Amino acid sequence: MTDRGAAPPGAQAGDGAILRIDHVTKRFGGLVAVDDVTFDVKKGEIFALIGPNGAGKTTLFNGITGIFPPTAGRIVFQGREITGAKPHQVAAFGIARTFQNIRLFEYMSSLDNVRLGQHCRMHAKLWDSLFKTPAEHREEQRVTDRAMELLQFVGIEQYTHIYARNLPYGSQRRLEIARALATNPALLLLDEPAAGFTPQEKVELMGLVHKIVDQGVTVFLIEHDMKVVMGVSRRIVVLDHGEKIAEGTPEQVRRDQRVIEAYLGTQH
Amino acid sequence: MVGSLKQARIAFVEAPIGRLVNLLVILAVLYVIFILAMKVVGQGPSYFLQILTFGVANGAIYALVALGYTMVYGIIELINFAHGDLFTLGGFISVFLLPIFGLDASKAGTAGIILPLLAVFIVTMLICGAINVSIERVAYRPLRRAPRLAPLITAVGMSFVLEGVMFLWKGPFNVPYPNLLPTTGFVIGGATIGVKDIFVIVVAGILMVVLALFVSRSRLGKAMRATAQDQDATELMGIDINRTIAATFFIGAVLAGAGGTIFGLYYNTMVFDLGFSAGLFAFTAAVFGGIGNIQGAALGGLLIGLITALWDGYMESTWTQVIIFAILILVLVFRPTGLLGMRVPEK
Repeated sequence: MTDRGAAPPGAQAGDGAILRIDHVTKRFGGLVAVDDVTFDVKKGEIFALIGPNGAGKTTLFNGITGIFPPTAGRIVFQGREITGAKPHQVAAFGIARTFQNIRLFEYMSSLDNVRLGQHCRMHAKLWDSLFKTPAEHREEQRVTDRAMELLQFVGIEQYTHIYARNLPYGSQRRLEIARALATNPALLLLDEPAAGFTPQEKVELMGLVHKIVDQGVTVFLIEHDMKVVMGVSRRIVVLDHGEKIAEGTPEQVRRDQRVIEAYLGTQH
Repeated sequence: MVGSLKQARIAFVEAPIGRLVNLLVILAVLYVIFILAMKVVGQGPSYFLQILTFGVANGAIYALVALGYTMVYGIIELINFAHGDLFTLGGFISVFLLPIFGLDASKAGTAGIILPLLAVFIVTMLICGAINVSIERVAYRPLRRAPRLAPLITAVGMSFVLEGVMFLWKGPFNVPYPNLLPTTGFVIGGATIGVKDIFVIVVAGILMVVLALFVSRSRLGKAMRATAQDQDATELMGIDINRTIAATFFIGAVLAGAGGTIFGLYYNTMVFDLGFSAGLFAFTAAVFGGIGNIQGAALGGLLIGLITALWDGYMESTWTQVIIFAILILVLVFRPTGLLGMRVPEK
């Protein structure tokens, strides 16, 4: 399992893959940011993508969410090819994400941020909105209730009516997760959710990730800090310079010679 | 230590100069207001009321146009210089549509004009909207990720294109616009408030209230506010930002089209390059109120209309443009976020 691309893509089919990255390559001019990467994320798991800075992790996320479509290869989500789909379509299919550097709607309250996340699942027509029909009112109430529920779920209900920009750093990260969950995703992509956290906060965050998976959402996370990932994830893929250098359980990855050289070797 | 001393000295030397400039500007503005007030008092209240009516009607038209500037700026930070020409185009399109809907000067002031006029308004607004959406698609969208100067210059170019088209269509001369509205009015306190004035204020007022409700309540309005703050994050919420931005251009143009039609009905004349100066006035109004702020644009339009009317009525009307653009400069220097201010995100 540890050699790159050992399993042919066909062999992984049919075992509950929710997301398939199939020989995906992304070039920026002459730079190959992601080089022929293949792996599956299985339904209901916590899957981690790790690698040193500049390994192409975020580029891969951007490829999946349609911000920068891949140069070559296919991305299949729930049996449907989504390569080259627009970000808003990807969101509607059921993939949500957070950003490495927090991207909240800073001048909206926490509540409004999460309410906006449900935007694409709402049905109100122009007429309903302008005249506040009962249908619109019910939907608004449902959206608000759900938003409150999500704020509570991530543990920041005390900031409901505070502008997002005024939240403490850790709570902003949690708010971003709540907003992503509001789009009602089947797959949640977390881009370094524990960046800048203290060890204690990291433990709490991993607790939250487990709670999210228990709700039936598959979690696919990028992490720079290997120790965090080792504790939470059953399966890990390691990228280095855009290439997949290892895939497997935390133990397998930890023992892998290429990983030690590329990643741990520089850290320990 | 040395650095802070130096800074303190600079602050000490510069502060009085800055304060002196501020003081001089305030004195100059107060002097102008004083002169104006003297003349207002001297001319009596009925004349003042007349000027006020004229100013509010004028201001309502500026406000309609200013809203388009402010909405587009609010969402993609583009000053759409072609917007003023879309206002003129609205007037030209409606003057073309009037005979098609059976409206001419012979029907002026009768109740029969109401429905056809409504139809002319709606068709003009839709055509203007469609044109502006096309302009956005062709000229601005490809430059969305380009440096900000590129779409700005494109907008100036688009303005020339529109003026050129209107020049070829109607020529360089004033285009007469049939006088359809009743020329009667009510005499209140010695001033005549015409049906025309009331028409302009009411129609513009309705459009602005609908817009305000729309932006604050509808899903599209929420999508607009989100797009203004962070485009990538908005897309990942499942919101199509291209559609949202196109909708903003559409709404702006709808208001400009209505504004052009109202202008024609009120002044009974149009000219191909009207949008240049009217657009700059409306832009000043948007900046005055706080660009990016919808209520600000409405307020700014009203104030610019009033100031224009007061200056035209009491002082030298040849100096009115100077005054308006002096206001623009003063606002940009002393309060760049305008009267109501815009929430400027730090990037």
